[in-house]
Amino acid sequence: MELLRFITCGSVDDGKSTLIGRLLYESKLLYADHLAALEADSRRVGTRGGELDFALLVDGLAAEREQGITIDVAYRFFATEARRFIVADTPGHEQYTRNMVTGASTADAAVLLLDARKGVLSQTRRHARIVSLLGIRHVVLAVNKLDLADYSRELFDEVSASFAEFAADLDFAEITCVPMSATEGVNVVGRSELTPWYVGPTLLQWLESVDPHTRRDAASRFLVQWVNRPDATFRGLSGRVLGGTLRRGETVGLGNRTTSVARIVTMDGDLDEAPAGSSVTVVLADDVDASRGDVLGDAQDPPRSADSFQARLVWLHENGLLPGRQYLAKIGARTVGFTATKALALNEIGVDNVHFDAPVPFETYRANRDLGSFVVLDRLSNATVGAGMIDFALRPANVRWQTLTVDKQARIARNGHRPCVVWLTGLSGAGKSTIADLVEKVLHAEGRHTFLLDGDNVRHGLNSDLGFTDADRVENIRRIAEVAALMVDAGLIVLVSFISPFRAERALARDLVGENEFCEVFVDTPLAVAEARDPKGLYRKARRGELANFTGIDSPYEPPLEPEVRLDTTTLSPQAAADAVVARLRTLGVC
Amino acid sequence: MNHLDQLEADSIDIFREAVAESERPVLLYSIGKDSSVLLHLARKAFYPSKPPFPLLHVDTTWKFREMIEFRDATAASLGLELIVHRNPDCVAAGINPFDHGSARHTDLWKTQGLRQALDEHRFDVAFGGARRDEEASRAKERVFSFRTAQHQWDPKNQRPELWRLYNTRVAPGESIRVFPLSNWTELDVWRYVERERIPVVPLYFAAVRPVVDRDGTLIMVDDDRMPLHEEPRHELIRFRTLGCYPLTGAVRSEARTVAEIVEEMRAATTSERQGRVIDHDQSGSMERKKREGYF
Repeated sequence: MELLRFITCGSVDDGKSTLIGRLLYESKLLYADHLAALEADSRRVGTRGGELDFALLVDGLAAEREQGITIDVAYRFFATEARRFIVADTPGHEQYTRNMVTGASTADAAVLLLDARKGVLSQTRRHARIVSLLGIRHVVLAVNKLDLADYSRELFDEVSASFAEFAADLDFAEITCVPMSATEGVNVVGRSELTPWYVGPTLLQWLESVDPHTRRDAASRFLVQWVNRPDATFRGLSGRVLGGTLRRGETVGLGNRTTSVARIVTMDGDLDEAPAGSSVTVVLADDVDASRGDVLGDAQDPPRSADSFQARLVWLHENGLLPGRQYLAKIGARTVGFTATKALALNEIGVDNVHFDAPVPFETYRANRDLGSFVVLDRLSNATVGAGMIDFALRPANVRWQTLTVDKQARIARNGHRPCVVWLTGLSGAGKSTIADLVEKVLHAEGRHTFLLDGDNVRHGLNSDLGFTDADRVENIRRIAEVAALMVDAGLIVLVSFISPFRAERALARDLVGENEFCEVFVDTPLAVAEARDPKGLYRKARRGELANFTGIDSPYEPPLEPEVRLDTTTLSPQAAADAVVARLRTLGVC
Repeated sequence: MNHLDQLEADSIDIFREAVAESERPVLLYSIGKDSSVLLHLARKAFYPSKPPFPLLHVDTTWKFREMIEFRDATAASLGLELIVHRNPDCVAAGINPFDHGSARHTDLWKTQGLRQALDEHRFDVAFGGARRDEEASRAKERVFSFRTAQHQWDPKNQRPELWRLYNTRVAPGESIRVFPLSNWTELDVWRYVERERIPVVPLYFAAVRPVVDRDGTLIMVDDDRMPLHEEPRHELIRFRTLGCYPLTGAVRSEARTVAEIVEEMRAATTSERQGRVIDHDQSGSMERKKREGYF
C-alpha cells in the first residue's frame, strides 16, 4: 500500500471541511464515538441546523469551533484498500497563504474546490498559483455544490473550460475536473446517477490512481544529518536519500572530493541500494571528512554549492521582511546567515535575489523539492518567518575574497593599538553624541586613531536618501555598520552614535567585525528624562504629530540585553559616563 | 517503498534532526504500544549507535503492574538509561484517582510531574509518541512543537512547518516536544508492530482478567488498592490503550495475537481513546491539558 499526501484548498464557503468529513465518513473512518461527539457538536455549535456538520470534525481547536472558522492547517488520515492518505486541510480566510503554503509544501497532489455557481474566482486562481508555485503537478478541480445548480452539465463544462484556459500557464502535469456535491456525497466516493453524463473518475478514484512520483532516473543525492560513531571502528553518515537511488559501490562526489559508497547500513542489515526517501547510514570507502549538512551524490553529476540565488519567497510573519536585515535560513541540514533585498509583508509572495553567509549544497526547487527549499528564521525570536524556493544560483561559490598584503594586523602594529567599534545606542536626547564626543577627546589626546560617526551628520550625506520607516532604519544602520567595519579594517577606533533602535541591526554590526572589536554602549536614559531634556525640540514635535515614526513615541526601541557598558545618565555626569566607556575599552585591551 | 517504509523513514529523519540540533534530548517513555514503536524507531535511527538519550517515565504509582515489569525489562535488555520520576508532592499527599478524581490525579501526577522532571534535567527536546489521529487538537500540532519556559503550548501561535525543514531553535529554558509518530494512525502502529515483531505489554492481548463495571467502563482490578463493593468478574478482555489502571477501560475481545488485533481494528467502530476516562471530562479537554504542559 502506498502513501499519498494531498492538500485541499478553496474559498471560505466552498465546502473543504465538509468534503474531508465526507471522505472520512464514506470510507468508514469515523468511529462511533467520533460520530456521537460530532452529532452532539452539530446540535450545539453546528451551522447545518442540527444536521451533521462535517466541518466540526476538522476544526479541532476551541477557538475554531467557537468562531466557526478554520485557523490552522489540520492533518487528517484515512485509508482505502489501495492507498493510505494524508490530507492537509487549509483554511480559506485571510491567513490562507501562509497555511496553504505550509500544507502544499509536503503534498503530492491538490484538490482545488470551487462553488460551481460562482465559477473561477480570483481566489481560485490564487490557490492554483500557490499550488503550482509549491511544485504540485497533479491537480483535481472539484466543481462543488452542483446540487444547488440542478447538476447542470453546461455549468460544469463552462467552469472546467474556464479553469483549463487559466491554468494553461501554470506548471501542472494534469488537471482532472470532477462534478461534485460534498454535502450529498455525489462523485466523492461512488459514481452518482445524478450526473449520468460524467464518465471520468470520482474524487476517491482519482486519489487512488494518481501517480505523483518524481523522476526515478535522477542523480543520487544523500543529505548527511548526523555523524554516527559508536566506537573507534565505525564511522557512518546517517541521513536521507533525497534524490535518485543510492547504490553500494557507487562513485560519489562530496564537495571537491570523490569517493565511493562502501556500505549502506540499517538495523535490518546492509542494503545494495536505497531509493529516494530512505533513511539509512552510509559508510564511505575513503576516510574523507564529511559532516552534518553535506550532500553527497553521483560523481557524474555531483551536488553543487552556492551562496547567492534567485528564489521565490513567501513571507509568513506579521513583521514583514526587511531588506538587508540579517536573518537565518535553514536549507538541507545547514543553518546559515541570510539576507534578501526586497520588502515583503505577511502572506506576500515575491521573486528576489537572496544571499547566504556561506555556500550551501543545493538543487533547484523544480528539480528537487527537499534540496531546493529553505525556511527563514528570525535571529532573535527564533520564529519561522519565511519560506523560499531556489530558482537558480546567481554566481558560483568559488569567487573568493582578494587577499591583501597590508592587513589589519599590519595596521595594528603600525598604530600601536587595536581597532574597535564603540556603538552608542539609546533614545533621542539620551546623551549619546555628548558622551561620544568626550570619549573621542580622551582617546585623541592619548594618540589613538579615532573617528566619530554621528547619526544626524551621516543622514546629511551617505544616508540622505533614507527616511524613518522601519525598512529605512534597517538600511540606515546596515550602511553605518558596513562603514564602521571598513574603518575597523583601516585600524581605527570608531565611535558610532546612533539611536539604532533594533537589536537585529546592532547584532549585524557586531557580526561584521571580529571578536573583541565591538563594544556596545547602552546610553540608558528613561523616555521621560530624554523627553524632558528634548535638546532639539523633537519630542514636542512628535507629540504634536508633526514627526512620524519617532523612536519611543510611535516607533519601538529595543534596549540591549547584554551591552558591554550600560550608562545610567540619570546618575552619571557626561564626563563620568565617558570615563566609564574609556575604562571599559582599557579592559578590552583597545587602549 | 510502501506506506510503512515511508512513515518509518520520516520518523527516523525526525529523530536525527532533533538529536543533531539539541543539547539534552530525552524520550518520554510511557510504556504503551506507541512508546514501543517510538523506541524501535529511535534504535533504527541511530544504529549501530544506541539512541543517544535516556528514557523518562513519569510514573503515577497507579500504572498496571505488567507495565512496570515491561518497562524495566525493556530498558535493561536494550542497555538504556531509564529515569523514573514520581511527583514527590503527590507521593506525600497520596494523590489517587478514587479520592481526588481523574482530572486532579492526572494533572498533579502527570502534567506537574512531567514539568518537574523536564526542569530538573534541563531537557531541551522531549520525544513523545502522540499521533495526530488521536484527537482533534493534536491534528493541528506541529511535529516540532515549541514550548515556552513555562512548558506552555500556544495553539494559535505555532511556527509554520514546511517541507522537512524543522525549526529547532529555542532560547534558554524553552523546549521542543518532538512527535515522530505525528502522521501514523493506530492501525499503522499495529501493522508496524506486526511487521517488525516489536514487543508490547501483554495487556494488549486478550486474556481472562478480573474486572468490575464502573459507569459502563470495564476496569481491571490490578491490585488491592481499589475500593470494591462487589466481587470482580473474570472476563476475556484486552486493552487498546494503557494508562493508570483505575482510569483505563478494557474491551471485550478475543484477539490474542497482533494479527488478530489488526483484524479486530479493521472492523472496529470506536476509537482507542474512548477507553480513556480523562478525555471525556469536558469538551476540548485535551487542548486545555496540552496548553498546560500535558504530553
